[in-house]
Amino acid sequence: MNIPFTTNPRPDTGVYNAKLGIWLFLASEVMLFGALFSSYILIRVGAPEVGENAWPLGSDILSVPVAFTNTMVLITSSITMVMAWASLAMKKFDKYKMFMGITIALGLTFLVIKGFEYNSKFEHHLFPSTSNFMAIYFTITGLHVLHVIGGLIVNFYLWIPGAKMWESDPERFTNRIEVAGLYWHFVDLVWIFLFPVLYLL
Amino acid sequence: MSHSAEEVQKHVKVYITVFAALMVLTGVTVGASYLHLGSTAMNITLALIIAGIKGTLVAGYFMHLFTEKAIINWTLALTVVFFIVLLLVPILTELDTISLI
Amino acid sequence: MDASVKEKSSHDDHSHHEEAFIWKYVFSIDHKVIGIQYGVTALLFLFFGFTLMMLMRWQLAYPGEAIPVISGLFSETTMPDGIMLPEFYNSLGAMHGTIMVFLAVVPLVVGAFGNYLVPLQVGAIDMAFPKLNMASYWVYFVGGIVMLVGFWMPGGAANSGWTSYPPLSNIATTGQTVWLLGMVFLITSSLLGSMNIIVTIVQLRAEGLTWMKLPFFTWAQLVTSFLLLLAFPPLEAAGVLQLMDRLTGSSFFMPSGLVVSGEVLDIAGGGSPLLWQHLFWFLAHPEVYVLILPALGIIAEVIANNTRKPLWGYKSMVYATIFLGFISFTVWAHHMFLTGMGTAINAFFQTTTMIISIPSVIILTALMISLWGGSIRFNSAMLFACAFLPMFGIGGLTGLPLGLTASDIHLHDTYYVIGHFHYVVAPGTIFAIFAGIYYWYPKVTGRAMNEMLGKIHFWLSLIFINGIFFPMFIQGLAGVSRRLYDGGASYAHAQDYLYLNEFMSISAWLLALAQIPFIINFFISWKSGQKAGDNHWDATTLEWSATTSPPLGHGNFEVVPTVYRGPYEYSVPGKDKDFTPQNEA
Repeated sequence: MNIPFTTNPRPDTGVYNAKLGIWLFLASEVMLFGALFSSYILIRVGAPEVGENAWPLGSDILSVPVAFTNTMVLITSSITMVMAWASLAMKKFDKYKMFMGITIALGLTFLVIKGFEYNSKFEHHLFPSTSNFMAIYFTITGLHVLHVIGGLIVNFYLWIPGAKMWESDPERFTNRIEVAGLYWHFVDLVWIFLFPVLYLL
Repeated sequence: MSHSAEEVQKHVKVYITVFAALMVLTGVTVGASYLHLGSTAMNITLALIIAGIKGTLVAGYFMHLFTEKAIINWTLALTVVFFIVLLLVPILTELDTISLI
Repeated sequence: MDASVKEKSSHDDHSHHEEAFIWKYVFSIDHKVIGIQYGVTALLFLFFGFTLMMLMRWQLAYPGEAIPVISGLFSETTMPDGIMLPEFYNSLGAMHGTIMVFLAVVPLVVGAFGNYLVPLQVGAIDMAFPKLNMASYWVYFVGGIVMLVGFWMPGGAANSGWTSYPPLSNIATTGQTVWLLGMVFLITSSLLGSMNIIVTIVQLRAEGLTWMKLPFFTWAQLVTSFLLLLAFPPLEAAGVLQLMDRLTGSSFFMPSGLVVSGEVLDIAGGGSPLLWQHLFWFLAHPEVYVLILPALGIIAEVIANNTRKPLWGYKSMVYATIFLGFISFTVWAHHMFLTGMGTAINAFFQTTTMIISIPSVIILTALMISLWGGSIRFNSAMLFACAFLPMFGIGGLTGLPLGLTASDIHLHDTYYVIGHFHYVVAPGTIFAIFAGIYYWYPKVTGRAMNEMLGKIHFWLSLIFINGIFFPMFIQGLAGVSRRLYDGGASYAHAQDYLYLNEFMSISAWLLALAQIPFIINFFISWKSGQKAGDNHWDATTLEWSATTSPPLGHGNFEVVPTVYRGPYEYSVPGKDKDFTPQNEA
């Protein structure tokens, strides 16, 4: 006996197991980042209006062009991810390989740019202990970076070693790409909010 | 989700349109931050509205939420309710001067 | 699923021994084995947490006196010459709470009972994601080890209370960092487990098993899993923020100008200690329902089975449970009435707190009315279930004065609070766990536990557990604070109530002795208990129709069941037996 609905949707709910699973996981992620956003608002609202402890404008401290580039990189990786899934749905495995490869490359690019960004902050002696703004900046972007790394590991697995499944069970493999994609889009989604909140306001 | 090749082909066009919209909106976000709308609150509101639109596009099209099954949407609706409760935290801390009497 | 598992489940039980021990019992992906792993590990933690409390009770009963007999076991930094140091007392208190809640009770009710029973009750062959299930257990295991490692850290284990309020916890010794790391593991484990349970219930229900035919236990697990899924992440966020504060010197929870040991701390400041309290209780109040809902689920199963009647008001119980789950997210700040949030906010949370008592009362009332007119079988499981009702009642009702802002001013942080939540969790949830163990033991092992030992265990436990917790109400009403190293000996207003400390401590040690019959019973019955059939209690729910457990057959059911009936069709008129299983047409 096999566990049912791993590949095909259950008739009354209309989804397969992993899809419900990933959405539940993302729901908990919403609460995780939600709590951090909530903390951000609380600490920002509690900061004094003027003086050295006043809340700084993100663009005065952080580099908007760098973050703008990174936003573009991540959004592009989202479209290539969805194209990777669409290619499999159209049974074009070679195109999948290409799009997934680009997605991973863009994810790595994001990390490299982020690494340089962190490095320049450290060079200017900006640390989490410097101010609450820097603290929340490092915490939220750091957690986001961890999510990007996690997504890259999954994507890499599905790109090379896990792609064998395309031969044995193509439908399930397509589902896997959809699920991995949902996660990857979520990471993108978080960044879409992080960018204005931390860098521009 | 339907998996027939023609339908996916149609989707691809939508994806590319959405992608273009996201790129444009990213530019708009940066541009809007240089506008002075009178108060920081207004700037924040505008930025969050744009981010909200972008988020909706990603969730709705890339993550297929616009055409997703009811059970997923209900799960997320539930999450949104609790997310809103979570956002009460800072408000609660700042409203301590209000009195009902 | 890999080929070897496929092959095995399609064949009979004899192919089991071909599988290596490590894959079958250690890194198993069978939900039944994982359930047992959770159960055994969590019972050990329960015992360990209990031991910490017994040590504390010595200090409370005989403050400053050397502990006899076992004093040699402790180091100079904890109990020099057998006399407990205040820091060690604080560690014991913090770790007792943490271990009992996060490592013992939740893993028992969700990890052990949930894992073992949910797939069986919904008629599934396993959890939806068996490998994730295994990961969930091992992440929990690592989290537990990390927590224990705290005891060997310089300065000892976490000692800022199980609630870890900053700024105290921010400047506490290294044990606190370890505590936070441990929590990150435990939260991850809970997330994996709760996702799995929800998907299993939603996706793998047997044919015909519609929502209103689900056993109440499974309903309770579903709501509980949603609570775990959505309430735990904010604590994870708070944990990350506190880790940042401790490791990188940020000041999320540190206000400006904080003075420690006479010196102003060199930090950025501007943080909010209240932020931690909000995020912590945003988890920890739903967590209370995580502790109690599965317990109510267990009690419902045991009561329906032993009264040989359908549950009274099954649907109201289900709706009450769902409502309870919702509203439990809006009551957290009643733990913070004394933090100066302001009257408007206090009034709001006081109102929601009063509202949340309604569904709890509905469930409890339905369970009590279910007893009416039944020909009750008073076996060990049922005795624990019967005791649960008034005990949980006391626990719940004593919570009301704490939820009202005016009376909370007097009762906040006194022993009254300790008495209140221990009545909910100890003679409440832990009695339910015992009821569940006696009830499902035959399903898990194929043998029933000894009834005589069970009854001795029950009566002694009932007496002594009340001996511990009831005097706490008296002390609390007199204003004796919790977390006092000397149990109140240095406070004038506590003097008249100090005699209760010794009484409570002796009750606690006797309660430990009362567990000996249970421990003996648990191990002896495993090998030489009375043989039990597939359906030892003549029960109706699907787990009793599964014939492949015991022994631990992968796949649970030889024939995938189809469900035709509600969960509690006992004593149906016109049937020749007094139970009609759910899968009987």
